[in-house]
Amino acid sequence: MKKPTAKKGTFFRVLRTLYSFFPVSMILITLCIIFSAAVSSIPSLFMQRVIALIETHAKDGAWAVALETLVPLLVLLASLYVVALLANFTYNRAMAVVTQKLLYKLRGEMFARMQKLPISYFDTHKNGDVMSYYTNDIDTLREMVSRSFPQLLNSTVIILTVFFIMFYFCAWLAFLVIGGVIAMSIISKKVGGGSAKYFLRQQIAIGKTEGYIEEMMNGQKVVKVFCHEEASIRGFDEINDSLFRDAEKANRYANTLMPILNNIGNILYALVAILGGVLIVTNAPNISLSGMAISASVIVPFLNMTKQFSGNVGQLSQQINAIVMGLAGASRIFSFIDEEPETDEGYVTLVNAKTENGMLVESKERTGLWAWKHPHAADGSVTYTPLRGDVRFFDVDFGYRPDKTVLHNVTIYAEPGQKIAFVGATGAGKTTITNLINRFYDIADGKIRYDGININKIKKADLRRSLGIVLQDTCLFTGSVMENIRYGRLDATDEDCVHAATLAGAHDFITRLPEGYATVLHGGGAGLSQGQRQLIAIARAAVADPPVMILDEATSSIDTHTEAIVQRGMDNLMKGRTVFVIAHRLSTVRNSDVIMVLEQGRIIERGSHEKLIAERGKYYQLYTGAFELE
Amino acid sequence: MFKTLAACVREYKGKSIASAVLVALEVIMECLIPFVAAILIKNIDEGCELSVVVRWGALLILLACISLTFGALAGGACATASCGFAKNLRHDLYVRVQDFSFENIDKFSSASLVTRLTTDVANVQMSYMMLIRVAIRSPLMLIFALVMGFVMGGSMAVIFLAIVPVLAFGLIMVIRLTMPLFRRVFRRYDKLNESIEENIIGARVVKSFVREKYENEKFDREAKSVCADFTKAEKILAFNGPLMQLCVYSVMIFTLYFGARAIIADPASGFDVGKLSALITYGVQILISLMTLSMIFVMLTISAESAVRISEVLREEASVISPKEPVMQVKNGDVVFENVTFRYSKTAEKAALSDIDLSIRSGETVGILGGTGSSKSTLVQLISRLYDVSEGRVLVGGTDVRDYDLTVLRDSVAVVLQKNVLFSGTIRENLLWGNASATDEEIKEACRMACADEFIETFPEGYDTYIEQGGANVSGGQKQRLCIARALLKKPKVLILDDSTSAVDTRTDAHIRAAFASFIPETTKIIIAQRVASVMEADKIILMEGGKITAVGNHETLLRSSDVYREIYESQCRTGEEEVDEK
Repeated sequence: MKKPTAKKGTFFRVLRTLYSFFPVSMILITLCIIFSAAVSSIPSLFMQRVIALIETHAKDGAWAVALETLVPLLVLLASLYVVALLANFTYNRAMAVVTQKLLYKLRGEMFARMQKLPISYFDTHKNGDVMSYYTNDIDTLREMVSRSFPQLLNSTVIILTVFFIMFYFCAWLAFLVIGGVIAMSIISKKVGGGSAKYFLRQQIAIGKTEGYIEEMMNGQKVVKVFCHEEASIRGFDEINDSLFRDAEKANRYANTLMPILNNIGNILYALVAILGGVLIVTNAPNISLSGMAISASVIVPFLNMTKQFSGNVGQLSQQINAIVMGLAGASRIFSFIDEEPETDEGYVTLVNAKTENGMLVESKERTGLWAWKHPHAADGSVTYTPLRGDVRFFDVDFGYRPDKTVLHNVTIYAEPGQKIAFVGATGAGKTTITNLINRFYDIADGKIRYDGININKIKKADLRRSLGIVLQDTCLFTGSVMENIRYGRLDATDEDCVHAATLAGAHDFITRLPEGYATVLHGGGAGLSQGQRQLIAIARAAVADPPVMILDEATSSIDTHTEAIVQRGMDNLMKGRTVFVIAHRLSTVRNSDVIMVLEQGRIIERGSHEKLIAERGKYYQLYTGAFELE
Repeated sequence: MFKTLAACVREYKGKSIASAVLVALEVIMECLIPFVAAILIKNIDEGCELSVVVRWGALLILLACISLTFGALAGGACATASCGFAKNLRHDLYVRVQDFSFENIDKFSSASLVTRLTTDVANVQMSYMMLIRVAIRSPLMLIFALVMGFVMGGSMAVIFLAIVPVLAFGLIMVIRLTMPLFRRVFRRYDKLNESIEENIIGARVVKSFVREKYENEKFDREAKSVCADFTKAEKILAFNGPLMQLCVYSVMIFTLYFGARAIIADPASGFDVGKLSALITYGVQILISLMTLSMIFVMLTISAESAVRISEVLREEASVISPKEPVMQVKNGDVVFENVTFRYSKTAEKAALSDIDLSIRSGETVGILGGTGSSKSTLVQLISRLYDVSEGRVLVGGTDVRDYDLTVLRDSVAVVLQKNVLFSGTIRENLLWGNASATDEEIKEACRMACADEFIETFPEGYDTYIEQGGANVSGGQKQRLCIARALLKKPKVLILDDSTSAVDTRTDAHIRAAFASFIPETTKIIIAQRVASVMEADKIILMEGGKITAVGNHETLLRSSDVYREIYESQCRTGEEEVDEK
């Protein structure tokens, strides 16, 4: 449960952001709001004049004389109104544009920043939490910027002007109204406080209910298989009932606040009328900025002002909640935007190359030949090293947290044309090694060389471009099958994609899909089986045609028969290149050149299948089933 | 649709009505207040006695207090009624889903059911709250204020009649223009959020392929179109505020003018300053109610979609239900398929299963092999009637599965699903799903058979170890073994394992099968597997391809007769075992 608290200064940062994005619009909006609010609080001044006029002429009935004063008054009022309407219209339209543009810009900044965040961020934050920055927090921010902020300014201006006008008319009555409003705010704070407490409880109860619903709906088929329906309903009712109790209390408070505030306004109205009457009847001396005596012409507009004043105080107190929530959301959004991006101090880049006179030189066109461009700061020279896919680890230590090392003294030589396999129990460090090759994480000690270059010197984007990775969790994107495969290389032709799919053994099933390669996938390929998703993911990596391929449990859900087809295809594709394979199934890794057996972050055995079997060590035990891989 | 939903109000009908009545009373009080205030002002204006002022003032305060009481009570009743309604909705939805067959669940998808039970119910609850409070309040306020306006101002109230249509027309125009826009933009907005979610989940893929720029551009295009649509809609919506003010201002100016004229030029009209003030108040009340009404209308239309989605679930007929006079006992573990064809939906062109004829005797062990998409899982799901056949029939214990009581059938035919889940709770609680009254001894025995006891006992808390949602804190192989133990606790006559030992190592896999053979010889065991080793010793091995059975036989006969079987066997077993055997 996130607490609705905002970092200090968030309020001003929101304002600063607004003004820096839209300086002209924001100043215009501010002026328009102030003007329109001021105008909406002055009718009482005109009303007083009109009623005074009526009182003068009520007895003589001189309508024509009265008209002479009345018409200019009303015309003046009407023209003020027209300008106020224009101001109101202007700021409403401008606000609509500003709000949406702000959201657009913030979303863009958030998304762009998200793309730059290191993988460790995603590993340490729940997807749902990150998602809620884009949904809940953006929504509360929109509410605050588009409604609460203008309302806040509007109400404040009205309250201030009305405040002065009240003193202009009569200080006694003004004090009464202020006293009443203080009472109002005390009550709304009391009731509002209670409501906040129960709303928090309601939020927790909602979270619990949704958690239960999600778990049960996802396991609904198991519920059916075990005829567990009744028990599941009983469990649900318990949670549902307690949600009802909390929600009822929270809403009761919220629903009661409005009529209370409203009617305190009414009571205040009555009190003003009584006090006004008393003042007139007793002919008490008036204290006012205008020096007017108290009469009905003062009381009538004053009564309206009382309503306006208390109404706007009510408005303010209602906006407070929205602003607190909006600021909390804004604060989370800002700290997301402020997250440290992934650093990259690499300067070695990957370029197209061709050989000229036996020398490797850079080429503008795609040549199929790649080279590492290595500028040397010392003498300003540039050397080109051909991209081969030679990966070496020397005594590498690593831990996700400094205090817990998960890889110890790992040394690996992977040469082009070799297939290197990692086996070992969950948590032995297999995936961690691949995380280091593509620098999702950086090593703590030791060195990693790629084609003889320290990988820290290689620009991350170029490093990753030279590696093809297929992960166990496939992550397909919304779009056609073709688009998903092309994700591996954006300029790949349809033929390239089909070819890659054929290599990956995916072509057959894709052609059997309702629309073939044009079939649109939703929800990460929800309509496909896990095995089919993996085949598409392999095709996606294959179309990229990288010098180094990492297959992390890439075929775990594919039946062994299809897997054999995939393996043949990939072996063809990767002839003369480097392949890393991580697999649970030993049949997947058996034909590797080197198999590394990992245990608790250390390589305990290494060698070919035949060699390891002959050694009769851990691998042999694994293979003969005398030892479990859990 | 409304009937379906209204049926869920039930015990909260009283509170709902109470809320409406109390709101009505509150409105009456609120409309009386300006009336009394007018009298008070008139008296003050005419310079009356102090006691008169106090008397009318006291009446005003009394009215406000009554209004406050009604309002507060209405708020409370409304909270109970709407939260109760939501509670009933959730309950009914949940109960309905429990009756759903696999077909029903597939039709809606779990994710969509979750949304319907959460977000959609919340929307409907909100609307209901509006309906029994604000939607009662605003029209009543409109009518009462109008009536009071005529009572007080006589012909002067005609001003209202002239201005109300202007506002109403304007509001309707705004709604008509914005509603389709909002509908479209909300769908786009959902899509935008979906693609953000994909990027969060797929962060590794995006980075691996260095597609940050590509994703940024894609996102920017979508975000731009959302922004443009929203701006367009909000710009139209921006007419609302000024429109409202225009009307309020007009009421003000016209009332002041005509009021002044009536008082000065036509003393016979009986109009006075008090009435003038009251008339302005009524005018504002009328216009505000109209505005609120239009807002309610928009909210109700938006949430109408949620209401439709809820009633879809409530009205969905469960496609698999027990017959009227069910057979209550499963004789034995015989399983027979007679000429079975199955389609996932009636309109599907391709049958998932066709021409299946199969006979399994009680106590036999049967292995099923086949590639991805060969409908192995579909075949076994027909046995416990998770789906109904399209043609032909499936018999268990000599009786058509459609004649059994569903609970009886499913308690006798235990399926360990491929996509299996454990639920948050202790290991023991999870296992008790198989048999709520199982003793500790029985639980331990089941775990021994499933080879789960060895790792459970290494946990410090043993059988009371807490399993996180989805079984996140146990390994894949451990989860599978717990799921098998859970199924074994049913003491079923037919046990079906749908690729349920894929993450279990070969040795343990063999142990489990050996335990089945010696502990539950009477039970029919049907095992879907990827590994030939898992089914090699079965009495019968079934090979499937494209929804058809292509070969049936035991290991030896299939090695001789089936090329496919031989190929699979050789690719998986021969090389490795021979090498090991040599040593």
